[in-house]
Amino acid sequence: MIEQILFYTLAALALVAAIVVIAQRSPIYSAFALIVVLCSLSGIFAILGSPFIAVIQIVVYAGAIMVLFLFVLMLLNVQKEADDPGGSKPLRTAAAALAAVFAAQVGLVIARARFASGPEQYEASTRKVAELLFSPTFLYVFEATSILILAALVGAIVLAKRDL
Amino acid sequence: MSPLIQELIEKALVVGIVTHGLLIVFSFCTLIERRVLAFMQFRLGPNRTGPQGILQPFADGIKLFFKEEFIPAGANKPLFILAPAVAVATAFMSTAIVTYGGALTVPAFGFLPEWLQGRVIELQIADLEVGILYLFALSSLGVYGIVMAGWASNNKYALIGGLRSSAQMFSYELALGLSWVPVILVTSSFRLPEIVAGQAGWFWNWNCFVVFPAFLVYLVAGTAEANRTPFDLPEAETELVAGFHTEYSSMKFALLQMAEYVNMITISALGVNMFLGGWNTGLPFLPPTAAYGLVGFFTFAAKVAGFLFFFFWLRGTLPRFRYDQLMHFGWKVLVPVAAVFILVTAGVLAALA
Repeated sequence: MIEQILFYTLAALALVAAIVVIAQRSPIYSAFALIVVLCSLSGIFAILGSPFIAVIQIVVYAGAIMVLFLFVLMLLNVQKEADDPGGSKPLRTAAAALAAVFAAQVGLVIARARFASGPEQYEASTRKVAELLFSPTFLYVFEATSILILAALVGAIVLAKRDL
Repeated sequence: MSPLIQELIEKALVVGIVTHGLLIVFSFCTLIERRVLAFMQFRLGPNRTGPQGILQPFADGIKLFFKEEFIPAGANKPLFILAPAVAVATAFMSTAIVTYGGALTVPAFGFLPEWLQGRVIELQIADLEVGILYLFALSSLGVYGIVMAGWASNNKYALIGGLRSSAQMFSYELALGLSWVPVILVTSSFRLPEIVAGQAGWFWNWNCFVVFPAFLVYLVAGTAEANRTPFDLPEAETELVAGFHTEYSSMKFALLQMAEYVNMITISALGVNMFLGGWNTGLPFLPPTAAYGLVGFFTFAAKVAGFLFFFFWLRGTLPRFRYDQLMHFGWKVLVPVAAVFILVTAGVLAALA
């Protein structure tokens, strides 16, 4: 009962904030709304009995990545977007077509989805997540991802600082 | 009375005591800090309000309440008002995970309801499975209060203060998190009660001796995370007026100050729990559970007081870092030291296993 109330509150908050992210003209407000979305998602993870994912969601996305977003927005002092519908006519037609394709895909996914009849309990403790991540199934993928991130890091430094 | 209601009452009691206790500790921290600084600088400090100035925090509180609430004309009003709220909320939320000294046993006083007599109360609001990672998440959210305050003030000094603070806390959070890893490796748990229990016995079992380099990194990174001197660049008054809270007055200013002090108390309490043995006395013949658990509580309180005094002492002794030195130190010294020490700890543990 409490879980359902919490879930619907958080889900509504996430949806409203997500709409604010794209409807807002001021980029700073959009960034803060995105932080609200990420925090609500973290709350939903916590309800699902997965505290580790919930915390990592905040540490990585709401904490680290959004700070960088805000940093750039504030440093560049981005002004409010002008009230301009934007884009030429063919561009808007293309956008409408893409939106239709996306809506169809979402509809297809929802139609095919299998909904749980009752609350399913997953054990997703930190230990379980770690054991799964370092099991033979995911170990190589996990390490490959690490190398990818490291390569991106080195690449960013090389691009930003040409004379080391 | 059903066990659920008993549990709820117990938790409500703990939450109320912790929150109000922190408010009292915060207000007296401001007084003690001023007196300690004054002593170090051969001054007297505030000693007029009550004996030894003991009533000064209340006088300050009343003054701040009646000051004019001022919002600059060009400020972004909603965010300007929201910023102190975010700062205080995240600061207080992060105190939920800290253990404030072992378990207290309620004495069997006759006037207490029967279920409360002899009940063992854990002095911690939430014992989460993710433990200190929760604190890590909230400390990364705490930056937003300062950033918001700096940006919404529409003042270049405030903005620079906010930007500095986001860059600084972001950089030092990394070192802070890395300094926790050796402790987690040694205890193999994220939960603070288990980390404290792992340091029982003689005081040389405390993590500050077991993983000494990690403790040093924690001290430095914790000071930076709490925005204390020598890392108080977000509010460097000689260059930025007052940094991110330049435009704040009255209770909003008080709230930002409160958030800062509560963060400092949390960093101290966490440092005591993780590195200084928590509520363990360090002397096995003096068990922390003695005298209804009060021995443990007062041991913990004394250690936290020592930690806080260390912060005041730093402020009275060290000059402020230059900004580029701060960044160099964080990224080129602290992070590599912490990372190498994690490898060393893991290697030693693997060799011993």
